[in-house]
Parts: sequence; structure tokens; C-alpha cells
Amino acid sequence: MRPEAKSLALHLGLLALLVIAQFVVSPFHHGNLSRIMVLAVFAIGYNVLFGYVGLLSLGHALFFSAGMYGMGLAMQHLGVSALAAIAVGVFSAFVLSAVVGAVALRTTGVAFMIVTLMLAQAGYLAILYFGAYTRGDEGFVIQPEFRTIAGLDLTDPTVRYFAAFFVLAACLLLTLRLVHSSFGRVLVAIRENEERARMLGYDVFRHKLIAVIISGTLSGAAGAVYGLLFGYVGATFATVQYSILPLLWVLLGGAGTVIGPFIGTLFMFYLIDFSSGLTSAYMVVAGVVLVLLTLFAPQGLAGEVKRRLLPWLP
Amino acid sequence: MASVTLLSTKGLSRSFGGIRAVENVDFELPEGQIRALIGPNGAGKSTFVGLLCGRIAASSGSVRFMDRDISHLPAHRRIALGMAYTFQITSVFARLSLYENVALAARRSIGSDRASVDREVASALERVGLTERTDQPAEDLSYGHQRLLEIAMGIAQHPKLLILDEPTQGLADSEIRQFNALVRELNAEATILLIEHNMDVVMEIADAITVLNFGEVLAEGPPEEIRQNRAVQAAYLGTG
Ligand SMILES: Nc1ncnc2c1ncn2[C@@H]1O[C@H](COP(=O)(O)OP(=O)(O)OP(=O)(O)O)[C@@H](O)[C@H]1O
Ligand SMILES: [Mg+2]
Repeated sequence: MRPEAKSLALHLGLLALLVIAQFVVSPFHHGNLSRIMVLAVFAIGYNVLFGYVGLLSLGHALFFSAGMYGMGLAMQHLGVSALAAIAVGVFSAFVLSAVVGAVALRTTGVAFMIVTLMLAQAGYLAILYFGAYTRGDEGFVIQPEFRTIAGLDLTDPTVRYFAAFFVLAACLLLTLRLVHSSFGRVLVAIRENEERARMLGYDVFRHKLIAVIISGTLSGAAGAVYGLLFGYVGATFATVQYSILPLLWVLLGGAGTVIGPFIGTLFMFYLIDFSSGLTSAYMVVAGVVLVLLTLFAPQGLAGEVKRRLLPWLP
Repeated sequence: MASVTLLSTKGLSRSFGGIRAVENVDFELPEGQIRALIGPNGAGKSTFVGLLCGRIAASSGSVRFMDRDISHLPAHRRIALGMAYTFQITSVFARLSLYENVALAARRSIGSDRASVDREVASALERVGLTERTDQPAEDLSYGHQRLLEIAMGIAQHPKLLILDEPTQGLADSEIRQFNALVRELNAEATILLIEHNMDVVMEIADAITVLNFGEVLAEGPPEEIRQNRAVQAAYLGTG
């Protein structure tokens, strides 16, 4: 099999497993998996920029929450349907990522991290400032009766699971397509040697900007869907914690692999779940495991597999 | 022989702090030539070609390429017009395969059609003799071979002007002979601007030589004339 075919088979295999899981896992894990799948979309979006272009953003909570608030506010104040609200959320993240990209990409390295961090912080403060609409820190709940798309009740666990699955599958296949495209290969070239990419005649700024937009828009889609499926829109999702999380998920799972972000999100979710069952100081346990992983699998879980076993992994 | 000017500069200058790396250079390169650019270390050769392709911004002066003022174009636009540039200090995509290195060079001009990219990569790697190593990462190559890979990346772009900055550094004598033959072959398609310290290579393949010294053009002419030139001998060739 050609590498592309192999990797397509692998990713379809993962999706098939997730379909099967729907029918076999306990309600507890079932609910977790729904969340993990949506959060993995966030991680996949983050990875487009971090893993493939090599740009470390500390501000992706801005895009996640732009999607979430775009969706939530449109439903709450404009009374649009759930599907239209998702579109508003995705569009908000799209516009915001274009603006953030145009500003932040004038810097590199640490400055890029700081600029994205500051912009995201400004977004968080804006949510608090416009408390009259956003209900500030408290956030707001999206009433169950509005959480339907085409007659499907998104509060029903099975429907919710498949909605999350559908979004994850779409994103996974989309990024797979992206990394095999010549555009995606130029992103990798920029990550590996920016100056060389430029001197081969590629417009580095334009490529990076498009990558920020794809990354931010995917993150925003995750935020919008998360808010809708789980019925809550809140300012915590705009805090720096939600900028760090996707970075951790991607690092753990394997930056620059398509499957890594999902693996990382899954792993971290259960790591925290498991360690909080052991001790109230669960972040210590989680922290130790994270340190061990970075020591012994610095490429992340999927990254190690790629290095040792499956060099064709995209 | 009436010749068309492919590239020219007027008053091109660049200083770094107090150092005038390139000073007021007027330069003309006719289409189809193999031009060597020589001069002592630090003479400003790399800076000069960096100014041509836009990698380095000029302090003043202008550059024309194919009858068009390109002074204000960013590097990637200049490259897209038909320049290819190889770095003095090898700069390949170390962790990517030779295939991908050359494919990245090829795709920009010919698009992403797989069959044509494959063909282009195979032919470029063949010409520099690296076919066997197509699937290896570039970092596995010796320094000299990485330079050949750079040349393959240049070839795959089908440039009108190929700029080579000390391409023979790190090559064995036998490889240098092959290199000379390769440059002549490439010259059928492209004008070549070659920075080179190896005078045997220069004397053998250059149609004309430009000598830079302290950022200024010291002399210019056919190889024999340059060899006889007193000032050049003093500045560069030592005893001559
Ligand atoms: N980025 C830079 N910053 C400061 N000075 C520079 C820079 N690049 C070049 N220079 C200086 O400009 C002068 C010309 O350098 P350049 O690299 O163009 O010379 P060269 O002729 O290519 O030399 P070599 O044969 O050693 O490659 C040197 O004095 C060098 O130190
Ligand atoms: Mg030099």
C-alpha cells in the first residue's frame, strides 16, 4: 500500500473503533468520549499550527471561546437555530483568527507566544466587560429545548455521541487531506527551514496566515460544538488554561501527526480522571506522568510510534 | 554576438553597521552566460547575490531582471520570476527525504500533479548523481552531497537564472569534474551566476568573471584577461 492509503486505512480504523465504542462502553465512558471527541477537534486545530508549521500559540482559547460565544450569543440574543448558531460561531473564529494572524505573525518565537497570549487575554476580558450580554464569569446555559438540529435531540447521549463523532471524523479526514496536499507540505517545509522555503519561492507569510486561519477556525468549530452539545457557555473556556490544554494534548499525543491530538486528548482526560480517583492532589500525579512522558517519549505517543514503527504516519 | 541582458544592477549597495559589504555595484549579466563571481573572503560576494534575489534588503540601488525593475519585490516573488538560489552554507530540509526536498522545489513551478513531480524529482536527482538516495533524509548526506542536493533543488525549479554560492565546497576532485560538466549542461537552459573559490573550476567553465573586492567591482572580463590583470593578482590571486 502507498503511505497515503495506509494512513487513510489507519484513521478510518480509528473512526470505526469509535463507532463500535458507542455501543459497548458504559454510560460514564460514553459521556467522556463525547467530550473527548469534541476537545480532540480543538487539539487537531491547534496541531495544524503547532505541529505542522511549528508556531507555538498561547492564545487558542480565544478561538475556542470565539466559536463558543459566537454560537451561544447568537442563540441567546438573536434566537437563531442551533445549526445557524454553529455557523455564526465558526465564522467568528474565522474572522478573529484572520485578524490575530495578521497581527501576531509579524513576530516570531517567544514574541509570537506573548502576542497570542495577550490577545487571548484581551478576549477573556472582553467577555467579562460585556457581562450584560455574556453573563460574565457565570456564563449561561443553553436550554435543552433549543439544542436540536434537524429534529435530532442533542441532549440525548447517543445523538450527542454521534454528533461529536461526526465533527471529529470530518476534522480528522480534512486534516489528513491537508497534510497530504502540496499546501500542507509547504507548511512542513516552513517548519523545517523557513528561510529555505522562502528561497524556493513560497510566500511564507501567506502560508502561515492561512494555517492560523485553518487552525483558529477548527478550534472555533470545536468551541461552538462543545457549547451546544453540553449546553453551557462560560468564561473559563476563554482563560489561559484553555490555551495551555491543547498544547499539552498535542505534545502528549504527538505534534505533527494527524492522530496524535486525539490520542493526547484521550490520554490526558483519563489521566486526570484516574488520578483524581486516587488522591485529591491529582494534578501532582498527572504532572509526574507528563514529565515522564516528555522524558521518555519526547515526540508524544503517536510521535514515538511514528519514529519507531510507522515512519509513514502523517 | 548581440546579447540580451537578463539581469542588471545600478548603484547597488548594502552596509551592515559601518561595514560597506556591497558598494555601488553596476553589474550586467547577459542571458546564457556562465558568470563567475570571485574575490577574497569578505569581499561581499554572498551579500551581492543575496541582494539580487531579495534575501537581503538593499541599502540603495536597483535590480532589473528580465526587463523589469524587481528592486521592491520580496524574495519569494523574485524566485517565482525565475531565479533559483543555493545557499553558501547548505540549507536543505534536513529531516525530509531527498525526494521531498526536490519535490518542494519542483511543485512551486509545476504544480502538484504527482506524476510530473515524480518525473521532475527523478530527473533532477539523476543529474546530480543522488538517485540511489532518493528516500533517505537529507541529513544523512555528507556535506558535499548536501550541496549537490541543493543544486538538484535548483535544477527542479527550471530557473532562468541559477545562482550558486560556492557549490564545490566539500566535493572530491572527481565530483568537481562532474560538477563542471553538469554546469555546462545546465547552461543550455539557464544563465548561471557562480561564486567560486576554486580557480580551476572558474577558469574552466566561466565565460566571464567579475571580481569583487571590498564590496566594489575591481575587474570584469573573460578568464584570460582576469588572469593577467595586475590589480586582481594583487588583491586576490596573490602571486598570480
Ligand atoms: N548579516 C551580516 N551582518 C553583519 N555583517 C555582515 C553580514 N553579512 C555579511 N557581513 C559582512 O559583510 C562583508 C561581506 O560578507 P560576504 O558574506 O558577502 O562576503 P563573501 O565575499 O561572500 O565572503 P566569503 O568568501 O567568505 O563567503 C563581510 O565583512 C561580512 O563580515
Ligand atoms: Mg560568501
